[in-house]
Amino acid sequence: MLSIKNLHASIEGTPILRGINLEVKPGEVHAIMGPNGSGKSTLASVLAGREEYEVTEGEVIFQGKDLLELSPEDRAREGVFLAFQYPVEIPGVSSTNFLRTAVNQVREYRGLEPLDAVKFLSLMKEKMKLVEIDQKLLSRSLNEGFSGGEKKRNEIFQMAMLEPTLSILDETDSGLDIDALRIVSNGVNQLKSDKTATIVVTHYQRLLDYIVPDFVHVLYKGRIVKSGTKELALELEEKGYDWIKDEVDSKATV
Amino acid sequence: MSTLTKQDTFNSILEGAPKNFESERTLAKESYFAQGLPALKAEEYKFTSIAKKLEQTIENFSSAQAFEVSDELVKSSIYPGFEGNVLVFSNGKFLPELSSNIEGLEISALSEKPETAIGSIAKVEKDAFAALNQASFVDGAFISVPKKSQVEKPFLLLSFNKSNEGQVIQPRIWIEAGDFAEVTFIDQSVDLSETSYFLNKVIEIKGGVNTHIRYYRIQNEGKNSIEVSNIETDIQQDSRFTSVNISLSGDMVRNNLNLNLLGSNSEGNMYGLYLLNGKTHVDNHTNVDHTIPHAESNELYKGILADQSRGVFNGKIFVRQDAQKTNAFQQNNNILLSEDAVVNTKPQLEIWADDVKCSHGCTTGQLDEEALFYLQARGIDKTQAKGLLLYAFAGEVLEHIEEDSFREYCISLVQERLGSKF
Repeated sequence: MLSIKNLHASIEGTPILRGINLEVKPGEVHAIMGPNGSGKSTLASVLAGREEYEVTEGEVIFQGKDLLELSPEDRAREGVFLAFQYPVEIPGVSSTNFLRTAVNQVREYRGLEPLDAVKFLSLMKEKMKLVEIDQKLLSRSLNEGFSGGEKKRNEIFQMAMLEPTLSILDETDSGLDIDALRIVSNGVNQLKSDKTATIVVTHYQRLLDYIVPDFVHVLYKGRIVKSGTKELALELEEKGYDWIKDEVDSKATV
Repeated sequence: MSTLTKQDTFNSILEGAPKNFESERTLAKESYFAQGLPALKAEEYKFTSIAKKLEQTIENFSSAQAFEVSDELVKSSIYPGFEGNVLVFSNGKFLPELSSNIEGLEISALSEKPETAIGSIAKVEKDAFAALNQASFVDGAFISVPKKSQVEKPFLLLSFNKSNEGQVIQPRIWIEAGDFAEVTFIDQSVDLSETSYFLNKVIEIKGGVNTHIRYYRIQNEGKNSIEVSNIETDIQQDSRFTSVNISLSGDMVRNNLNLNLLGSNSEGNMYGLYLLNGKTHVDNHTNVDHTIPHAESNELYKGILADQSRGVFNGKIFVRQDAQKTNAFQQNNNILLSEDAVVNTKPQLEIWADDVKCSHGCTTGQLDEEALFYLQARGIDKTQAKGLLLYAFAGEVLEHIEEDSFREYCISLVQERLGSKF
């Protein structure tokens, strides 16, 4: 589904990603972990098409298409979804209108009829249950005045509405209390299928108790330096990142 | 080419002025000659050199006379969805035969009401253009809303302007509202000129106690107008006055809006939106004068500027020594869509009382790239996402229009502009 080969990216001339290789198949959950500043969020942003990052080398193929050639909106329409680490507050844009515009543009791209108001609202009601989000919240401006937990739940709600093939969760767990974490994870788990894949970017192992990964990758200095199964995450939880840093840095100096 | 810094520039207009309101005209003429048109360095017109613009553009300084306006033209010019009373003007002259006849209200040509205290609110010494208007306006309208009358339907002040070779059009309207009156005015002009012209407008509004007056204006008449307006209102005890000004076009536009809060528990609201493109230059100068305790003023002006357009905002708030317990809030926010667009914004607060709540703020920035990316990342087309964000920014002003049909009309114009141009 997703094939990342030797991906290099930089911001304002500073290289952040220095050769990422990753294969994601339908039905899989991949966790990307790593210390702060290792490039985790950069990878998520580059996949979603954030313009500040310049891809200097490598390729990303998503379902046979060159993802890097597509605009951010076309990536979303092709089925890539980024749950933002910091969802943006947009005063004056109603959550409902925004979502309806988004859903219908995505549907149009996929050759589907736009949803009328009634169908849209019933879809919304159905998906709202998934993340236990309140109608009142959605009658407000997009994310405006939402708590941290409400913003993250809204991200997963949007994901449910847009039905992506590949979901990238960027530090969705950061700052969540255990109840919110449980709700968000439940939502993600219910949306999983054997046709979709999930990339979970996180600093902490805790989330992976709820969203169980098939593979865990450790990112350090812009490269995946270690890959394993969910046990690797537990090892990182116990021992921290220093042993991996030491391992990598000692190799580099030899 | 004429030189406007010379005092005799407007002599041709001044000499041709009607013979009514003699003492007011004489006073204004003297004041106009004493002031002269604001030169380039005049603080009040520092960023908006109307005088220079006129010098470059207008060749024939004479007053444009009223012309015939057809019933069809009136009908086709009224915005869709409007329901209410229409008052029609031709180059500033009131045309009663094309206007609604509203029972209980006194509406006539200003020339028929020679006792009207013109200039008692918009004082000539404050502004040379107000003086010029008072000295030489051709005719205008007198509108009186009697005590306790609640005019539910709005008044559309529909002005048709047509000038030949850049003549001068000087509308003048006097509005008075008796105690407890409630009324809404919508001010709209239709430009039939093929060349540049100078519109120099004065509206004076005299409210009684406990009045609710709304004044909405849309400036969308075209690229040819060089325009100065002085809108000034006295707000008495327990009264509320709200102005919403939407500027969408023009060559060079200067709006002076002055609110005088003269009675306690009064409220003055000033809202403005300017969406500018091309080389349009719009300058909003507002002035609210808190003279008494326990009054409130709210002000929000927002601008979106594209191409080489220029926006100026200057908001003065005076809180006099007696005006304790004043609440005065002011905000000006701008989005620049091009590197060549310019905004000059200046809040100006003078506070002489010590127990007041006043705040002001201004921002000028670009479109929020992070918000744009967020919308795109959800599958929304970039152009449409931009429109959505800009409309969200502009909408905050439009929601202060309480008259539904006019708000809808403005929303449609703004959305059209944001979708097509930006």
